[in-house]
Amino acid sequence: MSVLDSKIPKGPLKDKWTTYKDKINLVNPANKRNIDVIVVGTGLAGGSAAATLAELGYRVKAFCYQDSPRRAHSIAAQGGINAAKNYQGDGDSTYRLFYDTVKGGDYRSREANVYRLAEVSANIIDQCVAQGVPFARDYGGLLDNRSFGGVLVSRTFYAKGQTGQQLLLGAYSAMNRQIARGKIEMYNRHEMLDVVKVNGKARGIIARNLVTGEIERHSAHAVVIASGGYGNVYFLSTNAMGSNATAAWKIHKKGAFFANPCYTQIHPTCIPRSGDYQSKLTLMSESLRNDGRIWVPKNMEDVLAIREGKLKPTQLSEDQRDYYLERRYPAFGNLVPRDVASRAAKERCDAGYGVNATGEAVYLDFKSAIERYGLEQAKIHGIQNASKEKITALGEAVVEEKYGNLFQMYEKIVDENPYKTPMMIYPATHYTMGGVWVDYNLMTTVEGLYCIGEANFSDHGANRLGASALMQGLADGYFVLPYTIGDYLSHEIRTGKIPTDSPEFDAAEKEVTERINFFVNNKGTHSVDYFHKRLGKVMWDKCGMSRNAQGLKEAIAEIKAIREEFYKEVKVPGSANEMNPELEKAGRVADFLELGELFAKDALMREESCGGHFREESVEIDGEQKGEAKRNDKDYAFVAAWEYKGEPSDAVLHKEQLEFKDIELKQRSYK
Amino acid sequence: MNLTLKIWRQKGPQDKGKMVDYKVTEISEHMSFLEMMDVLNEQLTNKGEEPVAFDHDCREGICGMCSMYINGEAHGPDRGVTTCQLHMRMFKDGDTITIEPFRAKAFPVIKDLVVDRSSFDRIQQAGGYISVNTSGNTQDANAIPIDKHSADTAMDAATCIGCGACVASCKNSSAMLFVGAKVSQYALLPQGRVEATDRVKNMVAQMDLEGFGNCTNTGACEVECPKGISLENIARMNREFFSASIKG
Repeated sequence: MSVLDSKIPKGPLKDKWTTYKDKINLVNPANKRNIDVIVVGTGLAGGSAAATLAELGYRVKAFCYQDSPRRAHSIAAQGGINAAKNYQGDGDSTYRLFYDTVKGGDYRSREANVYRLAEVSANIIDQCVAQGVPFARDYGGLLDNRSFGGVLVSRTFYAKGQTGQQLLLGAYSAMNRQIARGKIEMYNRHEMLDVVKVNGKARGIIARNLVTGEIERHSAHAVVIASGGYGNVYFLSTNAMGSNATAAWKIHKKGAFFANPCYTQIHPTCIPRSGDYQSKLTLMSESLRNDGRIWVPKNMEDVLAIREGKLKPTQLSEDQRDYYLERRYPAFGNLVPRDVASRAAKERCDAGYGVNATGEAVYLDFKSAIERYGLEQAKIHGIQNASKEKITALGEAVVEEKYGNLFQMYEKIVDENPYKTPMMIYPATHYTMGGVWVDYNLMTTVEGLYCIGEANFSDHGANRLGASALMQGLADGYFVLPYTIGDYLSHEIRTGKIPTDSPEFDAAEKEVTERINFFVNNKGTHSVDYFHKRLGKVMWDKCGMSRNAQGLKEAIAEIKAIREEFYKEVKVPGSANEMNPELEKAGRVADFLELGELFAKDALMREESCGGHFREESVEIDGEQKGEAKRNDKDYAFVAAWEYKGEPSDAVLHKEQLEFKDIELKQRSYK
Repeated sequence: MNLTLKIWRQKGPQDKGKMVDYKVTEISEHMSFLEMMDVLNEQLTNKGEEPVAFDHDCREGICGMCSMYINGEAHGPDRGVTTCQLHMRMFKDGDTITIEPFRAKAFPVIKDLVVDRSSFDRIQQAGGYISVNTSGNTQDANAIPIDKHSADTAMDAATCIGCGACVASCKNSSAMLFVGAKVSQYALLPQGRVEATDRVKNMVAQMDLEGFGNCTNTGACEVECPKGISLENIARMNREFFSASIKG
């Protein structure tokens, strides 16, 4: 019998959340004033949670490592946010959003959580509009929608290519209102370095003031972790430079189980790396695949000539090109889900057909779209016998209106004009579906310790659909956590203020201080980045888009070795009592070096291919799906939740069986 | 390429600070400006010296964390980009590049190139929001149609990333472009009209309290703004402020 209790309410799927809300305990307003809640992270999940809890009357302390809560990395989300509004009348519904999300996640998420997510999605749009989020509108003044990969309806709301920014600024404005009222105490430039448990319950955190280096104690009746994902374990990713797993990993070490670390999303359309100095990768929105066609040359001679600069991609005729997605997946073509598109690019590049110097790039070509739109425009404007140049100009104008900001971003980075020559793209780590295990209440395996947004594991299964991350972050923060945490806090009204001079706080602070002192006093020979880059290379080569038992075993051994060397040889300049970015990085990379090993261990255990996790040993042998990912529902339809026991290699596996009562499990097919 | 960097070094808020020269070699033209800074910092770390502290996070031009005053321009010589999007191909082999923090009374230096921009947060806290609680019971998002032109103009104002380049570029260290953008976003939307009078008065009062200067319409802010926020927003804020003052 598993120790995991998901606490899913009884009753039909459709009624679970409503019934749950009707029956939970509430806290009266006078008591809320005496209850403290700590929120770590101020992205969409943390920001919305902090604001809502403060509106309800709790005393909230919010923490972020950036200089302002408005800068959390949710801000970089481009495409949009899904909601089952059915404004387009194209057959959308709560059930359909639920179904698409479970299917897109390759049947590895929890039904009840996903249904609740779909249910509250519509409220998010109402709330954001009320806050003044300037979503795109049509000429009638109503909200506009666009469509995204893997679904058949238009349910994505957007604000140009800056949807994440606008939603985050909405949550930030709601926080500002509460900061002004004194209901949120905001701690900018602070990093949580440990959670404090008293009698088994989360009662506070130890944080470092990143400006002065001071170590601070903060107590609360409940702690909420909303610190985002762990994509930077790969060193290169589309995450922000500061994005880290430290808060999530620290709570894991204090008893919170960590679930499905191997479920990572490698996004197919990013700008390829150009050299060893590269510090991060930049995403090009998935929406580009609506109009771009992906290809590599058919013949190896052409590949080599292109790499040497003797041939231009535009000189190749149609029959010299291999539109490999259209060839392999005629039904979905360039619009297959992210995991499938990424693996297909890797397959061609591994076979030697990559088109840039590093051999890791494919073309995303807008020539056909420009021609198609150009002809359409010529017709609309009644231009007879338009010249080729005219058609191109008309087509480019349409493409510019749709993707102008992305094309400009590409040109600034690569210094090539994507209207004239195809873009070069390659997959990059983008999002992590795995994370801290939580029950239906979003509580971790530690009492009073919650985890929301990308930091938890719950809603996306083994693969996340586009425009669903923003939805989940805001759903957790605005509409789910404020209810579930109230039920827990209703038992805390007699507790009184939590003192910070207890032995538990002493011990936690001592541990944090010792670790910091270790780093600044360790007279090593290499910088933190030196180790981070090596970890990243192992992760990318052996725990990346496709994995096998041999490689994963090697990864486990190599990461362990890098970690041991790191502790011996890392060099951190400066002191502990000042602003010290190298010291911040050292702590974060130390945690990635442990998380990376658990990641590989989890991937080795899961001997099936599902979503973002592709095991080379688990593919279809024959038939129409030959060579495609093969899921194993009989043996692996469970959540893998790992319990910390010292070294990552000692972590103990707990299984939460996934039951699908409202959805039939099917093999995904995009042929 | 090989470059000489003249960088402002300041140990802490109380330290006097000074310009220090550094050399970097073999810089690729494909590097971003911050990747060039990474190379310098790796070099300093390996030599046992303290790396240069600078703010940065998303490195794709949207978080607004990076700053730097490069060769006398906020975010450097390119247009429509933040420092993290500036590429080394904008410079030539042998160049000397001067790198300073954003300078303004309301942005005190914390360390090296890092400044404290929390004055921006406090201006937002003074009124940069719509007073609506999270309830799940607000009216349907399509209940009030908003004409496309207003929605698009509000969006243009809302794209401000709060980096502070406008303040750093202004000879008066004025924050009017930043405040004007926020005031405009809400003033253009029906949801924001309800509190418009108090909002503009409170935000402007806080702006003055923080020590930002006044606007003398030189337009440097608009030129240096990485997001192309238009001066129109300052005009709109002035109009809002004027009519709010009449209302009393």
